[in-house]
Amino acid sequence: MSDPDENLPAQHLNSAVPSGPTRREFIGQVAVAGIGFGIGSNLHAEDYFQKTRAAAPGETTVHLEINGAQKTLRLDPRVTLLDTLREKLALTGTKKGCDHGQCGACTVLVNGRRVNSCLTLTVACQNAKVTTVEGLAQGDALHPVQAAFLKHDAFQCGYCTSGQICSAVGLLSEGHAQSDAEIRELMSGNICRCGAYQNILAAIKEARVAV
Amino acid sequence: MNEIIGKPIDRVDGRLKVTGGARYAAEFQLPNMAYAYLVQSTIAKGRIRSMDVSKAVAVSGVLAVLTHENAPRLKTPPEDKSFESKLGEKDLLPLQRDQIYYDGQHIAVIVADTFERARDAASLIKVEYDPENAVFQMEQALSQAYEAKESFGRKAQSRRGDPDAGFAAASIKCEETYITPIEHHNAMEPHATIANWNGDELTVYDSTQWVLGTRKSIADLLGISAENVRVISPFVGGGFGSKGFMWAHPVIAAMAAKTVGRPVKLVLTRQQMFSATGHRPRTIQKIGLGATREGKFTVVSHRTTTQTSVVEEFLEPSGMSTRVLYDSPAMEVKHLLVRLNTGTPCPMRAPGEASGTFAVESALDELSYKLKIDPIQLRLLNYADKNPQTNQPWSGKNLKQCYERGAAAINWAQRNPEPRSMREGRFLAGYGMATATYPGNRSAASAKVQVLRDGSVIASSCTQDIGTGTYTIMTQIVSEALGIPVARIEFKLGDSKLPKGPVSGGSQTAASVGPAVQAAALSARSKVVKLAIADKDSPLHGRKEDEIVSKNDRLFLADDTSKGETYATILGRSQVPFIEAECQTRVSTREKSGDENTGTKKNEAGAKESGGGCFAATSDENVDREQYSFHSFGAQFAKVQVDPLLGMVRVVKWVSVMDIGRVLNLKTARNQVCGGVIMGLGMALMEETVLDPNRGRIVTRDLANYHVPVHADIPDIDVQFIDNPDPFINPFGGRGVGEIGITGAPAAIANAVYHATGIRIRELPITPDKLISA
Ligand code: FES
Ligand code: FES
Repeated sequence: MSDPDENLPAQHLNSAVPSGPTRREFIGQVAVAGIGFGIGSNLHAEDYFQKTRAAAPGETTVHLEINGAQKTLRLDPRVTLLDTLREKLALTGTKKGCDHGQCGACTVLVNGRRVNSCLTLTVACQNAKVTTVEGLAQGDALHPVQAAFLKHDAFQCGYCTSGQICSAVGLLSEGHAQSDAEIRELMSGNICRCGAYQNILAAIKEARVAV
Repeated sequence: MNEIIGKPIDRVDGRLKVTGGARYAAEFQLPNMAYAYLVQSTIAKGRIRSMDVSKAVAVSGVLAVLTHENAPRLKTPPEDKSFESKLGEKDLLPLQRDQIYYDGQHIAVIVADTFERARDAASLIKVEYDPENAVFQMEQALSQAYEAKESFGRKAQSRRGDPDAGFAAASIKCEETYITPIEHHNAMEPHATIANWNGDELTVYDSTQWVLGTRKSIADLLGISAENVRVISPFVGGGFGSKGFMWAHPVIAAMAAKTVGRPVKLVLTRQQMFSATGHRPRTIQKIGLGATREGKFTVVSHRTTTQTSVVEEFLEPSGMSTRVLYDSPAMEVKHLLVRLNTGTPCPMRAPGEASGTFAVESALDELSYKLKIDPIQLRLLNYADKNPQTNQPWSGKNLKQCYERGAAAINWAQRNPEPRSMREGRFLAGYGMATATYPGNRSAASAKVQVLRDGSVIASSCTQDIGTGTYTIMTQIVSEALGIPVARIEFKLGDSKLPKGPVSGGSQTAASVGPAVQAAALSARSKVVKLAIADKDSPLHGRKEDEIVSKNDRLFLADDTSKGETYATILGRSQVPFIEAECQTRVSTREKSGDENTGTKKNEAGAKESGGGCFAATSDENVDREQYSFHSFGAQFAKVQVDPLLGMVRVVKWVSVMDIGRVLNLKTARNQVCGGVIMGLGMALMEETVLDPNRGRIVTRDLANYHVPVHADIPDIDVQFIDNPDPFINPFGGRGVGEIGITGAPAAIANAVYHATGIRIRELPITPDKLISA
């Protein structure tokens, strides 16, 4: 990825923290969450776990705006934004492909910026505005990027599609996507194992005109 | 006729996919859901001495920890010769014994009220092992290699003519060894199951390419009747073969749900999938070609050594397509297997053809340079006008046209045949080509079509759409048969309650389910027509059935379009709520024995009734398929640029020309071929699963370390189709398209790299280190 801005959760962590828990609380929560992260099945780490593991965390209150709706949630601070959407709010349009920031399937817009929601703890999104694929259409009218994806068959199984679309929406609103090469490069954080890349490119080029 | 088959219509499920409304296995909402998290072994062979679960159990919210010590007992399923289901690992029933056969084997499952708590508790289980010496590299076990018996019912060893005499008669020989690495499917949607018991009845939401196979496997393992299991799978986020055979996790989810008395959701992590949900095994392939000075083959020999696990015998049948690719008087195909302490391999997109064509089509390229014959010309010289193994005529083959059109599209004529002769700026440029091939599979299927009173339609079959376009293509077939627009038709699939459909594997779904759907639609139409003919108030009253045609919701006289009425009008006047027809077709084009010169196109045994009384199914079954060989072919052309200093290869232009019979939907078909080519590009240049040589643990177990092609890796891909209907495969003339796109693709790239650099890489992937050190 050549775009230094792409998929950087840290950016909105910084902007979200001051209005949320105090920095000290926040860091404490992240530290607790961090050690449980994604290496649950890795038994080599078990001794490390048992030595360093803090007591199970309590719940935290988080306020969010998701697709225009205000939400107040009581959450285990280890819950990622991705799991909040999928498991707590039944917004399953956002997909989990790797849970490690390596595939882009979980891409959503946080305060208008593209973010890997699997790498984003919800407690770090205090008062943030989150837009998911479910929030792009206006009633029955598809967002131009969605319409272009449909028209150009820019997917097969559809599992990477929400992330592709959110990335493309972010890309276009940031004024990127000026050339084919730029689109290809900047969309490379979103893996499509079905290999619909050529059609994704065509769709984004068409949507570029409409957006 | 509407002539809607063949039109590049938008996917009927596309709107759901672009709005996030398509529901995949892990996304069904059930009240009181619990979350399961798996623990996997960290040794490759041995026994579990002890498992201390006390800390895990103590985590608040944990509902159960299941290990081999306390998990419910499973039944050993009966051996299933009829291919109604297939376990990924028949000799490893999950959580039953203390034995470890490979690193990353499931050894425990934690169930908790939240995902976070289950994952946390999983990290607290303390396992002690008694390890034993494990073997996980083929080279360590070659002395124990044995001849495999079969692959999907086809004999694994075959020959024709006298191979020794063929080599003796050859003026030019080419004998080389080619290696393909372990590869992983890495469908974007992780394997996932939700299991929910209601008394003795189990509902399973699963990401599967084979709904009915999963249902039977779960029922067999639990020792309950398949009637009591319902499997639901409306959307599958890619499979590529990894979701065909059933792995351990669906039954683990069922056991966990039974234990805690709640619905349980079990999603594998990307890392866990690397050991427990299959892979394409490594192959070592020795190819021997003998030819006359003019370039006519005297012999083709293909000897594959590949690996499987100690708990299942899966064969990557790399040599299968070698039997039919070219006309050679002598041919020998051998497949040897080595058993290793690794996870179990399974089909991955074009199993056998993808790895095998890399070897054979590379070898042909090498021979073409030795003979100084153009690579296309060499293939034409040995063109097989009929199936060389069985002497059957092809049901339809237009490969010469594929070569011609592909060569024109990539501008083959401007290729300087001399290796390392073409430059573009600081890059070396090269062109390569290869033949693509895949069997034209079809097997038994059934479907139901209901025309409702308002003239809308519900059609269904228990098939799957794994991104291939099944929803869309079946809807097109119904639309054309009934003359009712696509927008008024709903197609249902992915539910074991629907009429029986086959596994979505072997590129057979459209060719197999399509005819059943078409037959059911034609039968339903015929019933409505009869209703109108019998109805005094209908303008069609008293006419003959064959005088009546249908279009735009209407049934009318072919020679007087004003005389007719809509489906809704006919059904509205009658007192019936709907008209329905269910049809079964039993046709199979799958090769059964691999025996030479025997008819192998038998209708599948064990099917209950012929055609279910459907005239269209019956006439389809009556086509004499015994005499034909069903196979798709195509030509792959690649242009690459290689950085001579860094050894980096970029594919800059691609042309695929495919002959798959009639194209049912140009949009989805083209997309399928592109997807295959891209996976082939990954296979050629980057995909490789690496094991720790000391411990047998996969070290490339995520998408940062296992590289799949990303957007920036992909050139313009020009996909063309011959689009000649295959007159024998099915009434609409279409063979499958899901797998052929990957075949030949790695060889075309390897051949282009050789042309660009003069360096022949015989071990995939072609990474910069190999080019630099050559
Ligand atoms: S799930 Fe977040 S990047 Fe893959
Ligand atoms: S559409 Fe299947 S991964 Fe992109």
